[in-house]
Amino acid sequence: MAYVAPASTRSRLLDSERVREAGRSVGLFFAVLAFLWASWEAFRWIAETTELRLGQFEANDRTMPHIHDIVAQLFEPSRRNGPLLIEVLWDAALFTAKEAAVGFALGALIGFALGVLLAHSGLLQRGFLPYLVASQTIPILAVAPMVVVWVNPRLPDDFKDWGAVAVIAAYLTFFPVTINTMRGLTSVDPRTLDLMRSYASSSWSVLWKLRVPAALPFIFAALKIAAPASVVGAIIGELPASIQSGLGGAILNFNQYYITEPTSLWATNLIAAALGISFFLVVLLAERLIVRRAPENVA
Amino acid sequence: MSGSPVVSLRNVTKTFGAAGVTAVQSIDLDVRPGEFVSLIGPSGCGKSTLLRIVGDLVEPTSGEVVVNGKSARQARLDRDYGIVFQDAVLYDWRTVAKNIALPLELLKWDRAKRAARVAELIDLVELQGFAEHHPWQLSGGMQQRVSIARALSFSPALLLMDEPFGALDEMTRERLNGELLRIWEASGSTIVFVTHSISEAVFLSTRVVVMSRRPGRIAAIVDVDLPQPRNADTREEPRFFELVTAVRDRLREGGHDDDRTAPGEGELVGAEETP
Amino acid sequence: MRRLRRLAWEWLPAIVVFVLGIGIWEGAVQGLDVENFLLPAPTDIVRTLGTDGGELWDAAFFTFREAVGGFVIGCSLGFLAAVAIARWRTLQAAVMPYAIAAGAIPIIAFAPITNNWFGITGMTSKMVIAAVLCFFPVLVNTMRGLTSVHPSQIELMRSYAADELTVFRRVRLPNALPYVFSGLKVATVLAMIGAIVGDYFGGAPGALGVQIRRWVGIFAFDQAWAAIVLASVLGIAFYGSVALVERLTMGWHPSVRGARPE
Repeated sequence: MAYVAPASTRSRLLDSERVREAGRSVGLFFAVLAFLWASWEAFRWIAETTELRLGQFEANDRTMPHIHDIVAQLFEPSRRNGPLLIEVLWDAALFTAKEAAVGFALGALIGFALGVLLAHSGLLQRGFLPYLVASQTIPILAVAPMVVVWVNPRLPDDFKDWGAVAVIAAYLTFFPVTINTMRGLTSVDPRTLDLMRSYASSSWSVLWKLRVPAALPFIFAALKIAAPASVVGAIIGELPASIQSGLGGAILNFNQYYITEPTSLWATNLIAAALGISFFLVVLLAERLIVRRAPENVA
Repeated sequence: MSGSPVVSLRNVTKTFGAAGVTAVQSIDLDVRPGEFVSLIGPSGCGKSTLLRIVGDLVEPTSGEVVVNGKSARQARLDRDYGIVFQDAVLYDWRTVAKNIALPLELLKWDRAKRAARVAELIDLVELQGFAEHHPWQLSGGMQQRVSIARALSFSPALLLMDEPFGALDEMTRERLNGELLRIWEASGSTIVFVTHSISEAVFLSTRVVVMSRRPGRIAAIVDVDLPQPRNADTREEPRFFELVTAVRDRLREGGHDDDRTAPGEGELVGAEETP
Repeated sequence: MRRLRRLAWEWLPAIVVFVLGIGIWEGAVQGLDVENFLLPAPTDIVRTLGTDGGELWDAAFFTFREAVGGFVIGCSLGFLAAVAIARWRTLQAAVMPYAIAAGAIPIIAFAPITNNWFGITGMTSKMVIAAVLCFFPVLVNTMRGLTSVHPSQIELMRSYAADELTVFRRVRLPNALPYVFSGLKVATVLAMIGAIVGDYFGGAPGALGVQIRRWVGIFAFDQAWAAIVLASVLGIAFYGSVALVERLTMGWHPSVRGARPE
């Protein structure tokens, strides 16, 4: 259980404590990176010397390029006399990020609304939840060309090229938000519900004053899953839509050259990973800011 | 009420954290077998902390704690006490009977013995017919009765209770007070009871320990000489009111006005580490 | 009789929605004259399932096996890793952010690489993708569930001088169950996505993603849509089984009991 310090000492504690903690986090971060790098190279070295075989897999420059080679590739031209790989990937990442962000916003809103709706009506829940689940099992990749053909013409000019991809990204985003919103809204202790009832609170008040604040941790847990999912959705969506400007296109492109230049694909994956992680970090930051304030609002 | 003390505290002090906030200071207290001792005091006076020190759930910064002739740690390992919290802390996934049986399962009692003991306890706390219910199907008062039954399941010498009736309404509370006394008599245990309520403390106890505000010291000990067994009528006797007044005066002397608590200061309870 | 009524209460709404949905779908497609490639009528799909059922089922089941295989491996590893890591609080606290961040990486982008490692046509490459996709949500959720136990419950156990293993078995594990099931349900969906999208970068000729791509390529939209429907059906069955197990093991939890808003 927590101990609450007297006000006078609290601010003093926070300052030095915070700095030390931040330092520790940064140190840990580099330690983890170093550990991963070391593990990679160690595994590669061990696999090569023991001639390890996992089915068809064997460790060599093609299957497991050295990390430093991958990083070095970023600073090579992506094609003869062309821009550096890192520039190309940066532009591609921005393009994909745009699609993903719009998709995320759209998906999160829809997911939340659906979650609220379903949490409030057992009937609707029993009626529609199976189909929401089914919606996620529809191979979007297969449906994507149809989505592109149907959605793009109906969009304003600015969105025409990539709007459908945002829709696909939203498609991958809304489901976890719906599920977690539902679970969060219904995980309230029944006794606190009775309390609100005793105040003759309207359903609306109960929702916003009790259930939503209680559900926020769940919702943010979902958003932290949904944000990178929107990136995945955007990348996947680009594939059948034949969009060249994004990371999906870059992956397809460098996949073709994998035999001769594996490091380019790995570098692309690195950038894609960075994109996914940054989306996640943005949501994390938002959570830190918002969820901490929520309890005060409820009181 | 003779024999060596069940609980013996010598010069016990507890300070929390780097800022050095002292929860309790230089506590000297003996609890003799069969006693019912209440700890009462203003918010933040450390009474819950003291209870947890006796239960070896919090380690004192200095001083000696002897429970049942052993160190607090050994007493805990030997399961010499049962504890009841303000929150019943029942496990939703177990029925009432299984909740009560939990400590017995941990003690590896065989099924027949467990079933017999659980039946006894259900009679004791008067929850007949509710054995197969789940906690959420019970009222707050009933849940606390389950919690008490569970605490008594292995017949410990000592029962530690941290404001067990704090969350209940006055009538349920008074009723459970009466039941607790009955259980106390029937089981012959020693009870250390933390409470905020003066009348509850006087009604239940053989002695009331009044604590001062932080750092919590023992401000006074009031012997409650009301005759046993006590019942609803006891609350109407003149002596009862005298004792309540006495306790109230001691509290006031020790400093009990909640309004004077500085903002940001709260109840200091619980283990040092967050589980 | 009561059981029957309960089942009806449970499933009737979904059935009603299904029937209405099919009806609207059929009507809309016929009435609005939607192009066949965009969305065929339900009757067309059913007809195709009849004629090409065998081939469709083989493809769907092949991919389904990839998904389930990956699911089992990924979820087990995720769960075990979480149990091992949550044992030491400091380790768990240190690992958690990285586990969460790792889950943010588009694993699917590694499909071309796993194809390169394990061969395009075998199941292994897609199973690996599916397994990695399932690993992180289950890891994170399980760790969270194991450590978000109410302090009083731990104190109570300590008062019984219970050892760590007992605390784990009797308190942390049951407490973690809701979280674990959340993770498992998400994982079922991810596993299917992983298997099918993995096919896009190259897969066995019999795999669903590959087949759909082929059919779309030759404008055989009836087959493509029938295959999509089949994949969904399997996905629902998958999710449904996990939900069923959840219902059976967790009947006591408020969210399963239905502490529903009024």
